[in-house]
Amino acid sequence: MVAMPALDQDVLARRAAVVAALSAIVPGEGVIDTETGMRPYESDGLTAYRQLPMVVVLPETVEQVSQILKYCYEQNIKVVPRGAGTSLSGGALPLGDGVLLGLSKFNRVLDIDYENRAVVAQPGVTNLGISNAVSDRGFYYAPDPSSQIACTIGGNVAENSGGVHCLKYGMTTNNILGVEMVLITGEIVRIGGKFLDSGGYDLLALICGSEGLLGVVTEVTVRILKKPETARALLVGFPTSEAAGDCVAKIIGAGIIPGGMEMMDRPAIMAAEAFVHAGYPLDVEALLIVELDGPEAEVNQLLESVSKIAEACGSSTLRVSTSEKERLKFWAGRKAAFPAVGRLAPDYYCMDGTIPRRRLPDVLTRIRELSEKYGLQVANVFHAGDGNLHPLILYDANKADELDRAEKFGSDILRYCVEVGGVLTGEHGVGVEKRDLMPTMFNEIDLAQQQRVKCAFDDRGLLNPGKVFPTLHRCAELGRMHVKGGKVPFPELPRF
Amino acid sequence: MTGTITPRDEKDIVEAVTAAASREQTMEIVGHGTKAGIGRASQTEITLDLSQIKGISLYEPDELILSAKGGTPVAEIEKLLADNNQELSFEPMDFDALLNVQAGRGTLAGMIAANLSGPRRIKAGAVRDYALGVNAVSGRGEIFKSGGRVVKNVTGYDLSKFVAGSWGTLAVMTDLTIKVLPASEDAATVLVLGLDAAKAREAMSAAMGSSCEVSAAAHLPERAAAKITGTAAAKAGRALTALRLEGIPVSIAYRKAKLEELLKSFGRLGALDRSETLSFWRAVRDVLPFADKTQRAVWRISTAPTEGPKVGAAITAATGAEVFYDWGGGLVWAEMPGLLPEENAIREALGGAGHATLMRADPTMRASAAPFEPLDAGLAALIQRVKVSFDPKGILNPGRMYAGV
Repeated sequence: MVAMPALDQDVLARRAAVVAALSAIVPGEGVIDTETGMRPYESDGLTAYRQLPMVVVLPETVEQVSQILKYCYEQNIKVVPRGAGTSLSGGALPLGDGVLLGLSKFNRVLDIDYENRAVVAQPGVTNLGISNAVSDRGFYYAPDPSSQIACTIGGNVAENSGGVHCLKYGMTTNNILGVEMVLITGEIVRIGGKFLDSGGYDLLALICGSEGLLGVVTEVTVRILKKPETARALLVGFPTSEAAGDCVAKIIGAGIIPGGMEMMDRPAIMAAEAFVHAGYPLDVEALLIVELDGPEAEVNQLLESVSKIAEACGSSTLRVSTSEKERLKFWAGRKAAFPAVGRLAPDYYCMDGTIPRRRLPDVLTRIRELSEKYGLQVANVFHAGDGNLHPLILYDANKADELDRAEKFGSDILRYCVEVGGVLTGEHGVGVEKRDLMPTMFNEIDLAQQQRVKCAFDDRGLLNPGKVFPTLHRCAELGRMHVKGGKVPFPELPRF
Repeated sequence: MTGTITPRDEKDIVEAVTAAASREQTMEIVGHGTKAGIGRASQTEITLDLSQIKGISLYEPDELILSAKGGTPVAEIEKLLADNNQELSFEPMDFDALLNVQAGRGTLAGMIAANLSGPRRIKAGAVRDYALGVNAVSGRGEIFKSGGRVVKNVTGYDLSKFVAGSWGTLAVMTDLTIKVLPASEDAATVLVLGLDAAKAREAMSAAMGSSCEVSAAAHLPERAAAKITGTAAAKAGRALTALRLEGIPVSIAYRKAKLEELLKSFGRLGALDRSETLSFWRAVRDVLPFADKTQRAVWRISTAPTEGPKVGAAITAATGAEVFYDWGGGLVWAEMPGLLPEENAIREALGGAGHATLMRADPTMRASAAPFEPLDAGLAALIQRVKVSFDPKGILNPGRMYAGV
């Protein structure tokens, strides 16, 4: 388990005054300070970590958010922003001496503008809620994280969420036009709008994926797209993961960018099939789902091309969806892969590294070795097109040391992802989960530069501290700090 | 020291920046200097010439990535990609015709630093959307990296994208990794003839809001259209509203028929074949209607598509400027009748609903206008703090975008 910043006893001693001050800003039931009332907020999607906040506040207007942040800034109180709490990396894990700022009441779509193909939404609107709001006119919002029924657009911005279609349609950062954001000082800034690109620095690029450390987003303008006319999927089985990986490379090498391209290994296939009976072949080592979308004539031609490539790569089974019902059935197994694997053990731990795709066989081999070493089973699902690998490590939290083993196993996988030229996280974020692994990818200079950017937004380090960065530096120190040869000059500073 | 420094490697850059920082000497960072005329004019003590920091270090077509040194010519990258049927999907412009600079020049780092995307921006995204990883030297003389060499990555703040569009004011980019994509097999253009800008915008919104997957949408009023020579369309002597389709032939044929059905009520239709399509969109990309070997002021204005024609009309009414539209109406190119930038008229017409950048100005007039969209006080202060976080002494391209940044 990773350590969090030491509790500020001075702030805790003033708890009653803080609750009173927040209640004055958000009247009624917008402030929750009882243990039972705060219990639902103690964790996010990374359920191994739990912590009750000092107090929960659920504002309804941007002015309230501004006043809350201004108050917390003046009183030196930490703030953890939260959308729906679906983060898989602990991004919304509360702090015992911090205010948990929930945006769930910001749940309205403010403007649907088909002429400019843009939707303006409050941050608490769910990802799917945006697509639903425009579906009657045949539009949708492209990024589609698996949690899209629950996760919010504000959380998507904070985490730069992806999904199974982001190889072709991009992640959140590629589909956002503007935000309204409140800084920790209470200042409200607007960046972007219904136009393309920012004037001045591209602050949207920083804010997307900043994991709630730079500001609280109170409004989001997204780009919407017209739905493709047709979508059909191929289900292709391979005797080896090498052959499947080779097929993925050859599809892209042929100039085809599928709408989605997913791979599952044998344990994941077995679990998914047992759970949803999607009709997956059970005698293969790797299964590919390739979805092609666009006009029917185009989809038909590409299906033919992909089929030929798959056969040339030694596919052992190949089926093409012949109806929308069948296409959705192909996907049902993949989309239910996490809960399906979850049935095999009391708990599972989902990893999220990205690797250069050609290194997949090496990485899978290493994962198998580690699985034996740690005595824990693992199933792999893989966004094959963009190299984003989700190993699911099975464990039982009630058994002594299994969580610890699972975490060490996961860390070893991520270190290996970095070793082969990949990264720690493709779409789930760093949060608390991968925080202490950041030095495997970045040296002190890299991290100091990122933290200096953080200081430009939050000079007292009050927004979501303890996430993303393995070492807390005070901003004044970072300003003076000159890192020599990647060595930090303040070895006495607290490390988590 | 003053004058020009031409580093051979990253170490030389670190040395040069460290020395400049310790003496608080200002540096202009240049590649080939194609965009030297854009931005606020400033006098620096040192010129850091990156043209020798060059070379493509990694290209993996089936991983969709390419890594190269900052000073690598974009033309060299585009040639290599073309040989592998791939491309830079954001269609970076060539500045030779508009800015009277040498053709085929421009570096990778310069392209990222300017973040100026071409007609395909509306479908494929901006330059910054393709920035995956960067190694750069900050104003402290420290080499930092961000991002990686994979197309999907959320590890830490996305500084690779953030340095895009910063015009060299944050860091000296030494190594970059970008995403590349397959080039389309075929292309065609559907034209609607003789529309005014407002009606053209409606037609373009209808096309963009259909499932025809339009990859570019521009409107050239009669005068601008007449200046794009060499295409049959230009000879029509009428305003042109153009919609580009790209992909495999069977798909284009289908979408073209569908688009023509959708647009026939707007006006007389025409079409451009593949080779005409290539030259037409290159002309739009490189702003050929205003490539008149003059120094008349040229503005590039990004706004919501529905606002574009209103902004264009207001600018023309106030100044007599000539305009044309890209990005479905959301990008307005305006050429002033003379050397005066007429900044007030531009800012007033836009009314803060987007951003306007002065792209061409006579050297004697450059100081009379703020070339980038002014920021409100809150954002200006934030940007200033971010600048300091990279470059505390303010030595890198100081004032290129804004005073004090």
